[in-house]
Amino acid sequence: MDAIRVRGLRKAYGDNVAVGGVDLDVAHGEVFALLGPNGAGKTTTVEILEGYRRRDDGEVSVLGVDPAVAQGRRGTGPVAKRWRERLGIVLQGTGEFDELTVGEVVRHFARFYPGADDPATVIERVGLAEKATARTHTLSGGQKRRLDVALGIIGRPELLFLDEPTTGFDPEARREFWQLIRDLQAGGTTIVLTTHYLEEAEALADRVGVIAKGRLIAVDTPRSLGRRDAALATVSWRTPEGGWERTRSATPTAVVADLAARFAGEVPGLTVTRPTLEDVYLEMIGGAA
Amino acid sequence: MRAGPVELGVAQGGLEVRQFLRSREQVMFTLAFPAIMILVFGSIFKGTIGEGVKFTQYFVTGMIGTGLMTAGFQALAIQIPMERDRGVLKRFLGTPMPKWVYFAGKVLMVGFIALLETVILLAVSSLLFGLKLPDTPAKWLTLMWVSLLGITACTLCGVAFSSVARTGRSAPAVVTPVALILQFISGVFFVFTSLPAWMQNVASLFPLKWLCQGLRSVFLPASFGAHEPGGSFNLPMVGLVLGLWCVLALALCLTTFKWTTKRDG
Repeated sequence: MDAIRVRGLRKAYGDNVAVGGVDLDVAHGEVFALLGPNGAGKTTTVEILEGYRRRDDGEVSVLGVDPAVAQGRRGTGPVAKRWRERLGIVLQGTGEFDELTVGEVVRHFARFYPGADDPATVIERVGLAEKATARTHTLSGGQKRRLDVALGIIGRPELLFLDEPTTGFDPEARREFWQLIRDLQAGGTTIVLTTHYLEEAEALADRVGVIAKGRLIAVDTPRSLGRRDAALATVSWRTPEGGWERTRSATPTAVVADLAARFAGEVPGLTVTRPTLEDVYLEMIGGAA
Repeated sequence: MRAGPVELGVAQGGLEVRQFLRSREQVMFTLAFPAIMILVFGSIFKGTIGEGVKFTQYFVTGMIGTGLMTAGFQALAIQIPMERDRGVLKRFLGTPMPKWVYFAGKVLMVGFIALLETVILLAVSSLLFGLKLPDTPAKWLTLMWVSLLGITACTLCGVAFSSVARTGRSAPAVVTPVALILQFISGVFFVFTSLPAWMQNVASLFPLKWLCQGLRSVFLPASFGAHEPGGSFNLPMVGLVLGLWCVLALALCLTTFKWTTKRDG
């Protein structure tokens, strides 16, 4: 059984259809990235999976449980509680416990979970060891985000939702965060990630899904999304006159060999590129819009 | 390892109290306000209200009542919408924390503040203005149950009212006038029976009037009961009205409490 199974998910706010029939499967142990422009239905979809919102229609199973158990009166029941114990959620908001220290907040959240991790270890893992006794309002944007991640993983979740987790991170912090995600995955955690950073999706995700206008328009590995692996390569070089020339080819090696012969050695300004994930993504959501 | 229910509630309360104590200006204003008010009023009105009873003896009951209402009703009705806006509630909602723990934390915080505030008020009043503290165990007992029931009603009303303000920013504007008007019509600043009859009747619908009346039975001589609207302090009615408000507010809390903002769906 998959960690997440969604069939025909629908959600509308009045006349505005936010999610218009999404099917989705995420396997146990997988890192799945959900991409899509703002307002495409990404957050609505994820928050339905997290038990924050009701759906209008469709079947949803998250760790074998319908997230609707978290709604209304049932939300206080034992089924919802046991389900929540197995989830980790990192929301978008930050800066919520101004007057408390990092250590106090993490230790407090550890009390909610039967199999909680050691707070000091978790603080260390997210790179906040030096800030453990600092008030949370003194943290930088990126450090607050790390605290959010710490609270998301303190309960050793089977499934972790990360909503734009690295916003405000500097490049080094982002790399460290990626390593943390890889460690979590190695430990068997299933991860659903939404992000605006395509290189992040490419670095972390086993598969990516693209949501546009409330529909999942593509699901594939980052490498082959939008048949990117089969796309033509672009070869460009400088002409002896000083201008640029480029050609698209399925056999760029032959083109380069030909150029090398023509220039009798180094080809000035030679580049061979294939479409990046970003190119493919922008083309996709451009087509859907 | 997961904490037991009692430990969880106490830990949540500890967290709330710590947050309160660490915002210094909040501590100053909340704890010192009733004492400052008694300094101001005690210095202005030095007279008696009959039978040699000082005005301070009357005014202190209004100040205890106001302090309890501020700590319970006003503070929570403003603080909860702000926490809702900041996503604190949403974050708790996403954890296995039992929902009552959040409220237990608030109750413990309110109880802590109310107790401290009342002790400071009584200390200042008796040291500087010769306030006569209750002199029988029965009066202390009345003080305790009236305060406890009153703070419970105020706290529950505060939680219920927290769903009225749509945003944290609008909360003070929504809550403050309600609290202020109640203070004026419930006999906090003026002798209750000197208010127009219609105002007394309106005030009788709300808990603050009854809370203050119950407190007057503790701090004023028994003979003053004759000056009350019904000719006595009518403690059974105090208990009944405050109790009814607890039930009503609890029902509202259970049915209308919002964990997320409208924006969150």
